[in-house]
Amino acid sequence: MITELGHFALILAFCVACVQAVLPLIGAHKRWPGWMAVAAPAATAQFLLTAGSFAALTWAFVTSDFSLRLVTLNSHSAKPMLYKITGVWGNHEGSMLLWILIVTLFGACVAWFGTNLPPSLKARVLAVQAMIGVAFFAFLIFTSNPFLRLATAPFDGQDLNPLLQDPGLAFHPPFLYLGYVGLSMTFSFAIAALIEGRVDAAWGRWMRPYTLAAWIFLTIGIALGSWWAYYELGWGGFWFWDPVENASFMPWLIAVALLHSAIVVEKRESLKSWTILLAIIAFGFSMVGAFITRSGVLTSVHAFANDPERGVFLLGITALFMMGGLTMFAARASVMQSKGVFAVKSRESMLVLNNLLLGVACFIVFVGTIWPLVSELFFDRKLSVGAPFFNLAFTPFMVLLGLVLPIGAMLPWKRGSFGRVLRALAPAFVLAVAVALLAWAMQSGRSALGPVGLFLGAWLVAGSVTDLWTRTGRNGGVGGRLRRLARLPRADWGKSVAHGGLGITMAGVAGMMAWSVEDIRVAQVGDSFDVAGYTLTLDDVRQAQGPNYMSTTGDFTLARGASRIALLHPEKRFYPVAQMPTTEAGIDNGFLRDVYVVIGDPQDGGGWAVRTYYKPLANWIWGGAILMALGGALSLSDRRYRVAAGARKVAPVQGVPAE
Amino acid sequence: MKRLVLLLCLIAAPVFAVQPDEVLDDPVLETRAREISAGLRCLVCRNESIDESNAELARDLRLLVRDRLVAGDSDSQVVSYIVDRYGEYVLLKPQMGGSNIALWLAGPAMLLLGAGIAMLYIRRRSRTEPAGDGTLTETEEARLRQIMDE
Repeated sequence: MITELGHFALILAFCVACVQAVLPLIGAHKRWPGWMAVAAPAATAQFLLTAGSFAALTWAFVTSDFSLRLVTLNSHSAKPMLYKITGVWGNHEGSMLLWILIVTLFGACVAWFGTNLPPSLKARVLAVQAMIGVAFFAFLIFTSNPFLRLATAPFDGQDLNPLLQDPGLAFHPPFLYLGYVGLSMTFSFAIAALIEGRVDAAWGRWMRPYTLAAWIFLTIGIALGSWWAYYELGWGGFWFWDPVENASFMPWLIAVALLHSAIVVEKRESLKSWTILLAIIAFGFSMVGAFITRSGVLTSVHAFANDPERGVFLLGITALFMMGGLTMFAARASVMQSKGVFAVKSRESMLVLNNLLLGVACFIVFVGTIWPLVSELFFDRKLSVGAPFFNLAFTPFMVLLGLVLPIGAMLPWKRGSFGRVLRALAPAFVLAVAVALLAWAMQSGRSALGPVGLFLGAWLVAGSVTDLWTRTGRNGGVGGRLRRLARLPRADWGKSVAHGGLGITMAGVAGMMAWSVEDIRVAQVGDSFDVAGYTLTLDDVRQAQGPNYMSTTGDFTLARGASRIALLHPEKRFYPVAQMPTTEAGIDNGFLRDVYVVIGDPQDGGGWAVRTYYKPLANWIWGGAILMALGGALSLSDRRYRVAAGARKVAPVQGVPAE
Repeated sequence: MKRLVLLLCLIAAPVFAVQPDEVLDDPVLETRAREISAGLRCLVCRNESIDESNAELARDLRLLVRDRLVAGDSDSQVVSYIVDRYGEYVLLKPQMGGSNIALWLAGPAMLLLGAGIAMLYIRRRSRTEPAGDGTLTETEEARLRQIMDE
């Protein structure tokens, strides 16, 4: 019964979306206030109906209703409750429903919080958002309906993929979708602005919070996925340049570019048409991401053939919105006149450079990701593009970005002088060079990667601190400046925290790639061995029974010299229902390093295969990502978005007197 | 029960990435082997190198790489030995030749193009400056004189 209600709510939401996509648009064109006013309540209704539908599906998973095809395929009665709930989006249909829920959530946010938007803009934004909703509702209802029943319900389900039964991966998709779908909101704002024919500082201020929110969620989602890969896949890799990963990374890069160009629109009324274009492209990349992930076209050609309907449908939606958006852009971009004037040496120019570097970096990831497909289709060459290519082609852009970032962040708007900024940054630069030299002297090999990474890290962190400090003015003594520091706008703090976080991530990535130590050996119970200055002892190997798996657990003692540091319990699990093994690494987390132990197979001659890794700066990668997200959140909470957010200088007259 | 658990684990046990018995005694050769295998794709997995992969086939390839190294091949000889047998699909870093030039040049070409457009844009924005807030137009000056006179 509840399932049918959920199914019905989904179809109703689809109908509401259809209405919301058309009426407000006509209303805004004809200046009929009543028709425009349909948008906001419709958006709320759409969200509530979709939320009801999602709740019904969650209920089916929680109560293990195996008469539902989806629950049978992806759940099991013995599964822990947490994974029963997260199992809702651990499959194609459920995750698509979550996706749509977020589309409607963002629409509802505009309806609730966009009270100071001009009515016509608000109506158009919500109409475009509803169009996106209509496309995905149709996709869900017609090709991947989660509410299909089975004629005869089986006694138990087939269990969720064991790899997904993990806290890191359980919450990875919702964050990622909040990010992907958040970019649909900026797309809607961009299209609405093209229809309106005006982009000004106020528009930049209205759309920037959504960009920021999307980017924050995308950052958290990607970091969670990378963290999961690190501890779950059993050898401590954190990024594989896999097509599916790249699919999330490309929108992230474009979102970063958009975030920065929107600042120029907001503060200086320049880069308008470029920002609109970025907003369209950003959503395009998140659609391409959905297509790559769900069609399987890039991981295996067969997956595409298995389900051509879904892939073609998604490709159709992508093409529709991109072609529509870009056509509108071509037709209307000339209306956008930039107002701001700036010199070559200015914050604006540096932000253009930021956009150039990020845009090209994203383009490289895109070309590398689709190249195997292009090469096979057009040149008849079956080839692979993997990590070695991306590391070589992508890294230089990030290094360059890190080098110029502190300078660009401090250069004044309109017209600045490099000399003054460089003088202010001199201590930060000296510190960064010193850190790099120290790392160079201390490392055993002669790799440039580690020192360069640490240089960038120190340069970005010290540069951000310098930026904040110079904002407190020159006089007032240290006490006065500290007081002013605390009173700086949150946006300034957000900027520095996010930039510092990027530096910490860069240092972490470089440190981990340059200085990891690996040890592979056969260990008998009772054996001790040394890895990178640490001593590990295999105390015992035992069998244990989990709720829905069986586990082989190794008990290790980690010691340094005579002092015992930690007990580590790496596991090898086997999920009998899904017939799948997984590994759970035993990790001792530290500020400067992780020690990472994995237990492998029993060996013929007795003993167990044991792999141990010493991973320097591992936690800096995710710590930096958390700082970046925190910086975004600080910026989002800035006063100017809450108080009189973007009151236009001249309020446009909307609507006509009642007839 | 315990025995059953162990048995089940054994049946389903994946062959882990590099196994202790694969590691060569000579650390220099082993390092070279690891570097080579990080650049070779496991043919049956999703975008994993044979160094990371748990698949049987990846293990065979790892052993093959080590055999060739022990036999005295240079790094490039080992790679071309594998490519001759499995095709260029195994290379995670695509070769430069032929149509792949487009792949390798795409980034730099885009950078040049983008940099050109950005430079033009910035120069245009900085050129318009004097007209914007520098001198006044004739009508503006006339109006200013008028105001001052009043």
